[in-house]
Amino acid sequence: MSACKKSYDGETLVVKDLNLSLPKGEFLTMLGPSGSGKTTCLMMLAGFETATHGEIKLDGVSINNIPPHKRGIAMVFQNYALFPHMTVAENLSFPLEVRKIGKSDREAKVKRALDMVEMGAFGGRRPAQLSGGQQQRIALARALVFEPELVLMDEPLGALDKQLREKMQFEITDLAHRLGITVVYVTHDQTEALTMSDRVAVFNDGRIQQLAPPDVLYEEPENSFVAQFIGENNTLEGTIAEIKGDTCVVKLDGGEVIDAKPVNVTKVGERTRVSIRPERVEYNKDRLQEGAHTLKAKVLEFIYMGDIFRTRLDVAGNRDFIIKTRNAPDQARLTPGTEIEIGWLPSDCRALDAN
Amino acid sequence: MTASTTDPEKDAKGPMLAADGTPLKKSLSRALRVQKLRALALVAPLLIFVLVTFIAPIADMLFRSVENQIVSNTMPKTTRALGDWDGTDLPPDAVFEDAYYDLFVAAERKEHTRLGSRLNYEMTGASSLFRKSGRGLDDIGEVYQDQFKDLDKNWDEAEPWAEMMGSEDWLEKEAAWEKGERLPKFRLRDGVEEMLPRTADQYSAFASFTHNEDRKSLLKEEPWSAVHTALYQDLSTRDVSGYSGPHADMLKAAAALVASPEFETVDFKEGFGEIDKDWLKPAIWRTLKLYAPKYTSGYFLNSVDMKLTPEGIEKRPENERIYLTLFKRTLFMSLVITCSCILLGYPVAYILSNLPSRQANLLMILVLLPFWTSLLVRTSAWKIMLQQQGVINDVLVWIGLVADDNRLAMINNQTGTIIAMTHILLPFMILPMYSVMSTIPKTYVRAAKSLGATDWTTFWRVYFPQSVPGIGAGSILVFILAIGYYITPEIVGGTTGTFISNRIAYHISTSLNWGLAAALGAILLAVVLLLYWAYDRIVGIDNVKLG
Repeated sequence: MSACKKSYDGETLVVKDLNLSLPKGEFLTMLGPSGSGKTTCLMMLAGFETATHGEIKLDGVSINNIPPHKRGIAMVFQNYALFPHMTVAENLSFPLEVRKIGKSDREAKVKRALDMVEMGAFGGRRPAQLSGGQQQRIALARALVFEPELVLMDEPLGALDKQLREKMQFEITDLAHRLGITVVYVTHDQTEALTMSDRVAVFNDGRIQQLAPPDVLYEEPENSFVAQFIGENNTLEGTIAEIKGDTCVVKLDGGEVIDAKPVNVTKVGERTRVSIRPERVEYNKDRLQEGAHTLKAKVLEFIYMGDIFRTRLDVAGNRDFIIKTRNAPDQARLTPGTEIEIGWLPSDCRALDAN
Repeated sequence: MTASTTDPEKDAKGPMLAADGTPLKKSLSRALRVQKLRALALVAPLLIFVLVTFIAPIADMLFRSVENQIVSNTMPKTTRALGDWDGTDLPPDAVFEDAYYDLFVAAERKEHTRLGSRLNYEMTGASSLFRKSGRGLDDIGEVYQDQFKDLDKNWDEAEPWAEMMGSEDWLEKEAAWEKGERLPKFRLRDGVEEMLPRTADQYSAFASFTHNEDRKSLLKEEPWSAVHTALYQDLSTRDVSGYSGPHADMLKAAAALVASPEFETVDFKEGFGEIDKDWLKPAIWRTLKLYAPKYTSGYFLNSVDMKLTPEGIEKRPENERIYLTLFKRTLFMSLVITCSCILLGYPVAYILSNLPSRQANLLMILVLLPFWTSLLVRTSAWKIMLQQQGVINDVLVWIGLVADDNRLAMINNQTGTIIAMTHILLPFMILPMYSVMSTIPKTYVRAAKSLGATDWTTFWRVYFPQSVPGIGAGSILVFILAIGYYITPEIVGGTTGTFISNRIAYHISTSLNWGLAAALGAILLAVVLLLYWAYDRIVGIDNVKLG
């Protein structure tokens, strides 16, 4: 599979003008709030929803008019969808049976798939006799047993508790990379998206807002939705006063003037939302890097969280300005009410659209 | 281990103890007892209601299927005497004598016709034979009654008889009795029983009848002719010369009359023969002997077209066999109805469960619509639809599918019953199917398709097995309802489309053969329970879901 190209130009409100191509072996996550169209996209890929417009291609062949069962795309569902009236082994053998694979071959494949998810001893059980995590593994094994070209996963870990979820995240990525399968993964959990994926497609309002590897997505969000949606973010509103190459001057609503990196602002006088990550803000003067920009702030709240300190400040009229600092021996603990000076590098400060 | 370390939870050998030192199990069961009692109290009203109005009558009804006390209760002496009879030829004369006395009392109590009807189930003609005999038996006794009366008018008077037979104590109480009070219990005079055993016996029977049924004083009622017959029998075999009690002269004169050659007597056997020739054939006596026991398998044998004969159990003649055919027909037609309900109901339930809830609710109302119409109206409507000059035939003729002189017979036969009952029972199939299907998540179907299954494989391997509990629940419901259905087959079934329940109703309300009706009902109940058990073994009752 050289290129799984899926282009879609829809008129519907759910998914608008979606273009996405996916090379073989990639782990791609569709991330977005509920109702952003990511599940609809997945269903169109699987063939349960038809694209009103546009074309979906697999291996260069259009699969728009191919029914789901002939696409060879496996799917893992949020509630596992293991057939309750079949044993685990029968569940796994089902996709092989419908493909008319011989009995001995089938048994070997089922065994291999079960071993792969370390569930070899559970073949004779019914799904209801398994725990959530075990069911999830079986669902995974069932999706992989017929060696599909593409595996779709629709929030497969949504029903598991936190610890199990983290364990399964690792197992799924590990399996996917080991077997070299292509995965399209849908989730609304950004941590899951960031830790598992090769690339993440952030969905909102039926459009892909940004499609990038996790680190790029976090560090260099292309618009204020992505900046807000991925990780924690501080915003300061203002107007562009001046643009010079890759820096610009922003006049904040409180009257302060700061430097920022223009991302999707183009002209002077435009409204902008400046975004700074909490961990890139520093209040210890000794640690401030050269060229850092400083602003006055007032401490409102100090929260001790073990590994980090989380401090809420009033900065330029924003009373929800958060900074995170590592719990180091030389790090001061701030008292609410004190006036301090904070600073950051202009390159960490991204001037985004005001929407 | 020291005493201070004894922890009840760690001490594996002893039972676990509660804080107050009682075993934990005991204190738990005490705590639960209050809960159980409260649950019982909440259930009790319904439980009692069901027991009294449902379980008890059914149990009583089922008991009637084996109960047969009427024969031995009505003719106690005869049935006892027949026990020794070998069943060939006619029974000995003594049996005729016992039968005379038994039947006489029964006729006075007007119980002989009931016994006649009972025996008529087993032997045609018994009913009229007994009715006739009730009237005819008086002829035997009157021969003696008239002769004694001609000798002395007192023999047909109440008081002399009472004085002669009753004890002094009792006579005083009886004389003092006034209307509305309790009558004093009759007691025989000392020595009478030894001197005139049959007379004493018959007079006692007369006394108890007069006291208990007629509520009259024995001083006012002259005894019935069986007493005179008994008196003749006693006087002809016993010596009364030593008697010195009340009316000794009268009794001795009677003894003299009996001893004289011109005294007219009647042989019991001939007497019975005169009433009806059938009494001189062994058949009626065999039937009596056969049905003398208190409990009988006769009704059940009858229900399966068999018959109890002196030679054992045998099949009824071809033209009398009806119930096995009816049972088979009932089961077969119930099965056909259940199958057609599944075939018609499954797609509807499937559509209902896959529609958005607003449309599903609207359709559900249409499914339930028949429930809002009276059963009789619906059945009668089918009669109008299906009859030869009815709507469907008219349409078929109009289209030209059927010739006018060759209209389809769709009513008053099995077709009519199956069509009408399928329609009536369909909601009972659809509802459980729907409630089961609506719990099957759609993701199963999607999962199956994504795994490569075609639409048909998805349905057959994934959807259908999960909908089986609904089919099971609906089938049990429809089949059990169908097997006992009565009104619809009665109206549209004609003769070939009726069920066993129609026959049961006939025996309950028309032929009044409740024993047979009870036996048929018991068999029906047993068949249902058997099928239920079989279903449990094959499919498993846990798999039945109503939602």
